[in-house]
Amino acid sequence: MAGRYFGQPIRRNEDPALLTGQALFTDDVHLPGMVHVAFLRSDYAHARIRSIDVSRALERPGVIGVYTAEDLGDYWQPGPLLVPPPPVEDIIFHQRTQVPLAKGKVRHVGEPVVMVVAESRYIAEDALEDIFVDYEPLPPVVDIEKALEPDAPLVHEDLGTNLAARVVQRKGDYEAAKAKADVVISRRFYYDHGLAAAMENRGIVAHWDPKMQYMTIWDTTQAPVVIRNGLARMLGLSESQVRVIAPFIGGAFGPKIMMFYPEEVLIPWLSLKLKRPVKWIEDRRENFFATTHERYQVHYAEIALTRDGRILGVKDRFYHDTGAYDPYGLTVPINSQCTLLGPYDIPAYHSEMNVVFTNKTIVTPYRGAGRQHGVFVMERLLDIAAKELGIDRTEIRRRNFIPPDKFPYNNEVIYQDFVPLVYDSGNYEPALELAKKLIDYDRFLKEEQPRLRAEGKHVGLGIVAYVEGTGIGPYEGARVQVETTGKVNVATGVGTQGQSHFTSFAQIVAEQLDVDVRNIRVVTGDTAEFHWGTGTFASRGAVVAGNAIHAAAKKVREKVLQKASEEFGVPPEELELRNGYVYTQDGRSISLADLAVKANPLRGAVKPGTEPGLEATMYFGPERGATASGVHAMIVEVDPELMDVKIRKYVVVHDCGKVINPLVVEGQIHGGVAQGVGNSFYEEIVYNEDGQLLTASFMDYLLPTAMEVPPIEVGHVETPSPWNELGTKGAGEAGAIPTAAAFVQAVEDALADYDLEILEAPLSPNRLFELLKEAKQKKEG
Amino acid sequence: MSELHTVRVTVNGTVYERQVEARMLLSDFIRHELGLTGTHVGCEHGVCGACTVLFDGEPVRSCLMFAVQADGHEIMTVEGLAPEGEMHPLQEAFHEAHALQCGFCTPGFLMTLKPFVETHPNPTDEEIRKAISGNLCRCTGYQHIIEAVKLAIKKIHHSDAA
Repeated sequence: MAGRYFGQPIRRNEDPALLTGQALFTDDVHLPGMVHVAFLRSDYAHARIRSIDVSRALERPGVIGVYTAEDLGDYWQPGPLLVPPPPVEDIIFHQRTQVPLAKGKVRHVGEPVVMVVAESRYIAEDALEDIFVDYEPLPPVVDIEKALEPDAPLVHEDLGTNLAARVVQRKGDYEAAKAKADVVISRRFYYDHGLAAAMENRGIVAHWDPKMQYMTIWDTTQAPVVIRNGLARMLGLSESQVRVIAPFIGGAFGPKIMMFYPEEVLIPWLSLKLKRPVKWIEDRRENFFATTHERYQVHYAEIALTRDGRILGVKDRFYHDTGAYDPYGLTVPINSQCTLLGPYDIPAYHSEMNVVFTNKTIVTPYRGAGRQHGVFVMERLLDIAAKELGIDRTEIRRRNFIPPDKFPYNNEVIYQDFVPLVYDSGNYEPALELAKKLIDYDRFLKEEQPRLRAEGKHVGLGIVAYVEGTGIGPYEGARVQVETTGKVNVATGVGTQGQSHFTSFAQIVAEQLDVDVRNIRVVTGDTAEFHWGTGTFASRGAVVAGNAIHAAAKKVREKVLQKASEEFGVPPEELELRNGYVYTQDGRSISLADLAVKANPLRGAVKPGTEPGLEATMYFGPERGATASGVHAMIVEVDPELMDVKIRKYVVVHDCGKVINPLVVEGQIHGGVAQGVGNSFYEEIVYNEDGQLLTASFMDYLLPTAMEVPPIEVGHVETPSPWNELGTKGAGEAGAIPTAAAFVQAVEDALADYDLEILEAPLSPNRLFELLKEAKQKKEG
Repeated sequence: MSELHTVRVTVNGTVYERQVEARMLLSDFIRHELGLTGTHVGCEHGVCGACTVLFDGEPVRSCLMFAVQADGHEIMTVEGLAPEGEMHPLQEAFHEAHALQCGFCTPGFLMTLKPFVETHPNPTDEEIRKAISGNLCRCTGYQHIIEAVKLAIKKIHHSDAA
């Protein structure tokens, strides 16, 4: 049930500043004496650096300094491993993390080689032209399967292999399951997930104040606390001497939690050295090369079923492109491995993951974080099975859903949070039924589609299901304080990049303290305000930070009532908190403002053990995540001449447990679907055989516009998480996860006459044309 | 490169005069010379539309112009849409319809849309979509923006009905 604040579509606190151009983004920071950095980046995917000549750059007026790896001395260190490998038996994992500036060898196009600092960015970029790097090109590693052949060139010679990791996970006995199967289906799948392309590029401003002995850093990061702690250690400063502010951030979607980016390590170092504020703002071209991607996997998957469509087991061997380094460990491929299981009761699973180094930009999570790849494989296997067995595609899914009485459901594989993947709760059939109703499934297939086909139109329907493990640990914390104005201050360590935290977190507090949401000031991402926490990722803000805030607000409520009880001589349970006041049953009242003043006496004595103020700090660390789920359905029309695909209708039925703000959740879903639409038909990362990125501009890497993203209808199913008090589950990534699987199914359905089987995503008009040609040839030949 | 040129330009009703290099982008001029950082730069190659400002009343991409080209002209940025402490009906509508998330692209959308909503009392959905098709938003999926446009038009042209 919605509360007075919790669950209401409340308008956002953060909007006025953003709408009037007053919100502070990193590139808006301007400090006296500030200098500007530009990076010379590798033009080669793989090359040895013979020599670097920076002498001409140093002569250019306005240039302050030019630095190569050699100039960094002992500060030059490979970055930390952000996520260690999971505790799986017989795991192979080779750690090779990124370096601040390339030394000896470059391993991907865009890897920084030289840093120039100048009085203006214009001059710094001029000076890049003055630098001469003598490269000896090496054969690049581009294709992930060829990379593992014995004579392949090596990204890291000292390893002797391009295999970064191999993880085998098992549930039950697949071979025994297969032996009992009536049908076994095997296919090779290719799935490429693109790059985040947040509208704001990355940036960092560092200001070392030598007199205060204090470093202030503005950084477009999703994890300011972790950045502060790491930088303090690297720079030899106390954590209390470093303040990292993640101000307003123009979208992030995952790559802004990669750490540490070379620039994040270098800019503060330079400020300390020059004793001047230093700014570096990434440009869009750099963003394509230097901000992390997600990219592709190849799966060889097999499903064993009974005649009536019940899954007996799934086997998968897959290859994952991690790029030149693997600082984010195995999060993305582990998500693929685990999320493949979906909402289905699968008794036996055998999955072998192979992670491969290539001469390409580093791969780290981007909205969905590998889940897309797994969902695509599973949903395609079920589509093919349904066809082969003559079962309706929604019916085969329904038959295999985990029934509601089987939760918590243990998948017996280790998830990205290092514990077995256990679904907390779920109720999948009602979501499927609602999606069918909203897309008008039966009528479309029986009446609409035949009618339109008779008119010569190629229309098709796609409908798929997915689950998403969200809200994982380890923990977040929050401090809630009623100030002497009666307004409430809330501080938490996670960063915000558009998720509406300034409002939804305030709603959680308002529900406990009954204070107008507009009078609750939320601070996120400023280590001077709160310095514990891990960051915004894995759709965990509303679950982990949300529950910490809830716990702190409850504690403050207790304190408020206790203080008022002392004032009035009435037991706390006979008091009522309403609109910023505490009322007694006989009509006396006191404001939160007055109570806050009384809770912080300036003279006199207090009882032993009294804590000042109406303030509490609490933490929340879930043992396991919360499992969100849903069903997406769409109707498409394919133009068989131009191979253009138009999405005519899009339906999302979503279960993210308790909803804090339905307006915000809808926005998250719409935005996720838009990225999913991009991932289905428009966005594609293309490298050529030299390891050159061919799609490094918005003219080549196509983000969907308002002309491509269809109207989206959203339906809700609510299965609260039993593992956190608010009952919330994450909602941030779900919209983007199953879109391409539904899209491909719909396109296949629209082109049913051609007997097409599509085993890849994204598609494009060109690719669709090729696939149709192949299908026609196969049919005729 | 270092030869300087005088640029005299009216921005949001205030006249500014600065000496700049010929190569300085109008977007950099507005943001870093004038300190009006509400105009955002998303791609620097004219695709994303985040840097859109009104140039003599017409939406233009300030990353595709040089500051010297603005000499003698009139510019409006997001800071000029409404007096301080107030909001233009378009800004109000964006707030009410939840048409922004991270808010980075929003100033560009607002400046693209200002002339559109003022001159289109009854646009179709398709016309609205076309009007914003040169602005990229990575957060919202555009649906709430389209709803905000309709709401703004209602406020501006049909306030009796509201």
